[in-house]
Amino acid sequence: MRIELQKRQAASGVFSYLSPFLALALTLIAGAIMFSLLGKNPATALYTYFIEPLTDPWSRDQIIVKATPLALIAIGLAVCFRSGNWNIGAEGQYLIGGMIGATLPVLFHEWQSPLLLPLMMAMGMAGGALYAFIPAILKSRFGTNEILTSLMLVYIAQQIVDWVVRGPWRDPKGMGFPGTKSFNSSGILPDLFKHSDAHYGAVFAILTAVIIWFMLSKTLKGFEISVLGQSPRAGRFAGFSAKQMTVFAFLTSGALAGLAGIAEVSGSVEKLDDKLSLGYGFTAIIVAFLGRLNPLGILAAAFILALSYIGGEAAQISMGISDRATRVFQGLLLFFVLACDTLIHYRIRITSSLKGKT
Amino acid sequence: MSIQKRTKPVFPLLETRGITKIYGELRANDSVDFSILKGEIHALLGENGAGKSTLVKILFGSLQANEGTVLWDGVPVHVKSPSEARALGIGMVFQHFSLFEALTVAENIALSFEADVKLEDVSTKASKLSEQYGLPLDPSALVGDLSVGQRQRIEIIRCLMQDPSLIILDEPTSVLTPQEADILFETLFRLRDEGRSILYISHRLEEVQRICSAATIMRHGKIVDSCDPREETAGSLASKMVGSEIGNVVRQVGAVDGEIILQLNNLSMPATHPFAVSLKDINLTARAGEIVGIAGIAGNGQGELFGAISGEDKQDDSASVVILGHEAGFLNISERRCLGAAFVPEERLGHGAVPEMVLTDNMLLARHASDDTTFKKMGSLNVIARAAITNATKRVSDIMDVRKSAENPPAGALSGGNLQKFIVGRELDRNPQLLIVNQPTWGVDAGAAAHIRQSLIDLAAEGSAIIMVSQDLDEIFEVANTIAVMADGYLTKPVAASSMTREQIGLLMAGGPKASGGVAA
Repeated sequence: MRIELQKRQAASGVFSYLSPFLALALTLIAGAIMFSLLGKNPATALYTYFIEPLTDPWSRDQIIVKATPLALIAIGLAVCFRSGNWNIGAEGQYLIGGMIGATLPVLFHEWQSPLLLPLMMAMGMAGGALYAFIPAILKSRFGTNEILTSLMLVYIAQQIVDWVVRGPWRDPKGMGFPGTKSFNSSGILPDLFKHSDAHYGAVFAILTAVIIWFMLSKTLKGFEISVLGQSPRAGRFAGFSAKQMTVFAFLTSGALAGLAGIAEVSGSVEKLDDKLSLGYGFTAIIVAFLGRLNPLGILAAAFILALSYIGGEAAQISMGISDRATRVFQGLLLFFVLACDTLIHYRIRITSSLKGKT
Repeated sequence: MSIQKRTKPVFPLLETRGITKIYGELRANDSVDFSILKGEIHALLGENGAGKSTLVKILFGSLQANEGTVLWDGVPVHVKSPSEARALGIGMVFQHFSLFEALTVAENIALSFEADVKLEDVSTKASKLSEQYGLPLDPSALVGDLSVGQRQRIEIIRCLMQDPSLIILDEPTSVLTPQEADILFETLFRLRDEGRSILYISHRLEEVQRICSAATIMRHGKIVDSCDPREETAGSLASKMVGSEIGNVVRQVGAVDGEIILQLNNLSMPATHPFAVSLKDINLTARAGEIVGIAGIAGNGQGELFGAISGEDKQDDSASVVILGHEAGFLNISERRCLGAAFVPEERLGHGAVPEMVLTDNMLLARHASDDTTFKKMGSLNVIARAAITNATKRVSDIMDVRKSAENPPAGALSGGNLQKFIVGRELDRNPQLLIVNQPTWGVDAGAAAHIRQSLIDLAAEGSAIIMVSQDLDEIFEVANTIAVMADGYLTKPVAASSMTREQIGLLMAGGPKASGGVAA
């Protein structure tokens, strides 16, 4: 007996939309079973996980703070992945974007001007884009594998930022801790609400999602991205250049990762320190696929993933559920989303080697 | 149906009774009864969508019938998968090859064996078979570097490795020259004389008449006739297939002296990879109203020539390609389209169309530059004008009679003939002044092929120039005013079609004069 995945003739339209909700429901059921096996009340656990963070203002802010860089980076990655360019190094572009964006407030600490923030954001984007340009040019000129080069550049970026905050840019009055001086107020991204941790980066993420969604679904550029991703030879026939697309896709995703970096530095940390690399650039790969490479879907996916992080922390604190259990729970979510998506396009067929009925 | 009687009684090798296959409302096969005797070459004829592929897939186990039985050697069998079919002794050579481009010939062949086999053994056996049956092939070559014709040989040899008693061939000669086809026929005759049966699917009726001793004709999922093709004419077979007489292609004969539309001046291009063909000093002039047929064996530089004229590969010398008086050597394919040129490549799926994308997207694929103002709006934002594209897609589907299951299906869901009609129609709809078309009717049924050829002739009659690369000599003689032959990257001087014979072309194809010198006219 053998189990096969067989492609369906047509994917059900209704279920394509229902799939994420179905996956969520299945995760809740499986999660409830897991929590009761652990001897916890499943209802309380799920409440702590998914509802409580939404009712508490502090947790709500934290969700937005975490979802913002995830969404910004994942939207850029969606452009890359749809065009068949595998940028795995968003974490590096995020770090370099944060560092280059911090140049002005660090070097000209006293400069106060309404121009400062826009310049910081622009420089952050430029920094991320330039850093992404390295694997792009290596791929389009020399045919190197962008997965390897972009990934390796992450480690280089981590070392560069680490050196900068311990060496030339270290705050002399920082008690020896690695990190720059805190920025002056005109270099800090305003809060979204009064006395909130959530900053305007969230607005950037939503605007970016709308703009990139429009580009991908309504314009010739978006069409070009899909064609080159699905069939490079047909793309050539259409007059599209795969090499230029590699550069475009990397610059776009690098710029957005850079924007995420400087928004995090300027809006959350308010200085550059050695704790900027939290793995957002890698988690964003999951977010991009959970959101099906659709910018609007990515907003939702970033929110849900951030919720599961914050909810997981809350469950650890208030219910003593172990860190491992919360990670299993996140794994379940991912598993069900991917399984539901797969089963929309494929059916499971059990074939037997015995002769008989089909 | 008489076949040479031996002392033993002749009974069918394979017989079907009441095979029915239903897709939704459509009866793709409707109570099909037919049989193949041992040691015969049996033709299966029918238009696109007649149900031939469905029937063959049921025999080969890749589809399951809703009703009916299959008898193998008089015993009912239930073939549930291709591997079961192979175990019974049924081999198949598909029209669309299933080969991994990154692997070698021997590796591809080894993949079809269930158990572990040594690659060297496969190589040796493949070489032996290829020699024995006159199908030259290098087992260590990478499939990605081989031409369509060579790839087909892999499929045939892969099939022969299984020592089948029934071999199903789907459109085997569509990529071969007459000489190559003759060799294939010799192979088939040898296989038949060894007592094997061959089920032969083809749209080339002359061929069927020549090599098949029996024919079954399908229409709309049913068997409508069976006959001995040697006692029929091509015309009578064709009308049995389509149910009515098909119109002959009409062409005006006469000298063409319109303005020059395309000129190639000493066009040379180095080979881009080790197995590609370099183009050598090609000169060609195409005038308004002219159809230049370019004959040649697969893999002699036709694909490279297409790439060079289309601008998929640019030239080093701007003057080597001149389109409507504009030096186009440095221009890309979009810019050449804007000069009035249109292109139909050989491969439908993955080159002329993106299989997963719907027809409207595939319309945009080839025309976003040439139809700049209608297909796009809002200036440099380049927003796609869906309504205009949908209209154009409808128009093309109606004019070319593209049959499809839905309003706007993915290109990959259309049959080969219907997709080809769409791809050709997509370009004709622009009324291009220059059309370069590579293998316009490869694997397309007789009705669709006639439709496509007629529309090419009509386009030329309106004053456009057409370069038609084809390996089908019947097609070239039917459509072209002038004929040139490609061999080893050289192109012979074009000569009026009326003064060429098949034999002359065959000689040139086999590598006659090396330079674009003259041909005996």
